[in-house]
Amino acid sequence: MNIHEYQAKDIFRRFGIPVPPGDVATTPDEAERIARAYGTGVVVKAQVHAGGRGKAGGVKLARTPADARAAAQQIIGMQIKGLTVPKVLVTPAADIASEAYAGIIVDRASKRAVYMVSPAGGIDIEEVAATMPDKIMRLPVDPRYGLLPFEASRLGFFLYMDNAKLAREAAKIMRQLWQAFTASGGSLAEINPLVVTTGGDLLALDAKMVIDDNELDRHPDIAALRDETAEDPSEVAARRANLTFIKLDGNVGCVVNGAGLAMATMDLVKYYGGEPANFLDIGGSSNPEKVVNALRIITRDPNVKAILFNIFGGITRTDDVANGIVAATRDTPLTIPMVIRLTGTNEEIAVQILQQHGFSAMTDMDDAVQKAVRLATGGKAA
Amino acid sequence: MSIFIDRNTKLVVQGITGRDGSFHAKQMLEYGTCVVAGVTPGKGGQKFENKVPVFDTVADAVAATGANTSVIYVPPPFAADAMMEAADAGISLVVCITEGVPVLDMTRVYPYVQDRKARLIGPNCPGLITPGVSKVGIIPGRICTAGNVGVVSRSGTLTYEVVYQLTRAGIGQTTCVGIGGDPINGTNFIECLQAFEADPDTKAVAMMGEIGGTDEQQAAEFVRAHMSKPVVGFIAGQTAPPGRRMGHAGAIISGSAGTAAEKLDAFKAAGMGVAQRPADFVTLLHERL
Repeated sequence: MNIHEYQAKDIFRRFGIPVPPGDVATTPDEAERIARAYGTGVVVKAQVHAGGRGKAGGVKLARTPADARAAAQQIIGMQIKGLTVPKVLVTPAADIASEAYAGIIVDRASKRAVYMVSPAGGIDIEEVAATMPDKIMRLPVDPRYGLLPFEASRLGFFLYMDNAKLAREAAKIMRQLWQAFTASGGSLAEINPLVVTTGGDLLALDAKMVIDDNELDRHPDIAALRDETAEDPSEVAARRANLTFIKLDGNVGCVVNGAGLAMATMDLVKYYGGEPANFLDIGGSSNPEKVVNALRIITRDPNVKAILFNIFGGITRTDDVANGIVAATRDTPLTIPMVIRLTGTNEEIAVQILQQHGFSAMTDMDDAVQKAVRLATGGKAA
Repeated sequence: MSIFIDRNTKLVVQGITGRDGSFHAKQMLEYGTCVVAGVTPGKGGQKFENKVPVFDTVADAVAATGANTSVIYVPPPFAADAMMEAADAGISLVVCITEGVPVLDMTRVYPYVQDRKARLIGPNCPGLITPGVSKVGIIPGRICTAGNVGVVSRSGTLTYEVVYQLTRAGIGQTTCVGIGGDPINGTNFIECLQAFEADPDTKAVAMMGEIGGTDEQQAAEFVRAHMSKPVVGFIAGQTAPPGRRMGHAGAIISGSAGTAAEKLDAFKAAGMGVAQRPADFVTLLHERL
């Protein structure tokens, strides 16, 4: 789960990491009021779950409260990478002497949480890794001990090798970041940039955290930070229905059980000259209600010209899926063609149910995908 | 022959009285798996299906039955503990089916299991099956048939799809292993390939990867350097957008790393057969057997 910068800063603050003050505005009025209260120049920052905010014009410096209002006017409601910006963070502008990077990621190769720090901050860390690998220190953390003080110290001195005071302060921030990361069930925590102000203080000027979805049950306070106004509405609806859904740009709507098969189905749509409209996994234990919700979400997308079911019944009972299809189309008959492929558990019953209601079912995945692509493109492809 | 499970597999089912655990324990019994024990804390002393003794702890189950393999169906918050309990009790093969185990839990589980010399498969995996002999997990037995192709995959239903197509085409399997779709898991592709290379009955391997991480690239390098048997590979997620988690926690392209194209290139460079779609496994394996 993504959380906003201001939410990540709240968490950091709780663990003692120095963060600049800031308040959230959902209207230009509020932004102006907040800027006036600070009485200094402010930065107005889009709160949106997408990278590249600055480049997209989502971060603006405002010298006066009126400027802050104008900036908020421009930013709130703008689209960044397909997502609408619901709110802005208004925060006093800082005088920056230098910028560094500090982050924790979960590294698949070492199977550990790994610190990455770099004195070259404020820019894309992947770019630093590619162009100046000696400017990055990577430090895997042994989960049995957590970040040890000497390790924190190594990170601190790597960042500020010629300034012992800053190095020690940075080491303290590294330890606090470990606490914030583990206590929140994070899969990523990032300070970019970590700045030294012209006054000589360290400050986490920007904050990013990603929370492991599998930790949310353990951390109800963190789960409550979810901002549905910042998410794609169809993905919100899918999550509520316990479906995994990702919208894409094509016109073949896909309903599949299992993530790997769902991806392979999308790929096969492309292979036969079509474009998938979505990734949708109805999961293992099927019930008819899930299928009803899946069809509702997919048919909401006006781009979808044909629907493709690809169900391989293992734990999933194909008769449950058939009943779901019947139930969903009884209330609202489909206006676009549908191709159903199912095989596996209770296949005979499923086929019978579908036939009784005027549907037919296929058993071969390639045949079904080709047919769906043909229907979606009006016979032009495959 | 087979890898990891065979006639000597003596299985303990952790979470045997739960909804998923009891359903699949029955299926495994029906398949002929030697299920010697179940574990559910607080239900020790009961009998599952009037024949399988239930214990409070894995240690008790091992002491009483000599179980050497465990399969875990406990809910996500308790799965990490269950994996560690099994390893600590001396189980040598721990298979965790549970989906939704927190990744930071797995950073602790992995070294713990390694220290105790246990092999972990999963979590978030369908388990494994040696057709006609033993099934540990949830792979439907009727789609498999005994033969000489080893199957290893990060996915569940995609594995079923491929195995089903192989079986229909008359290509049987030695063992099918689902290693799971999480970013941190136990046994990886390379360890499975190593085992298939060493298994005299396996003549070729079908490998199904997906986007995210670098396991497939490393596996390809292993194939190039160390395998005499032909390997055919497939990568799911060629149409997946970057930065989005495609269902599996581990199926995500981070920045520009972990794309299907990069993995398929690694397969080609290693001289592997490359299946563009699941159906290609049949033709590519026929050519190589």
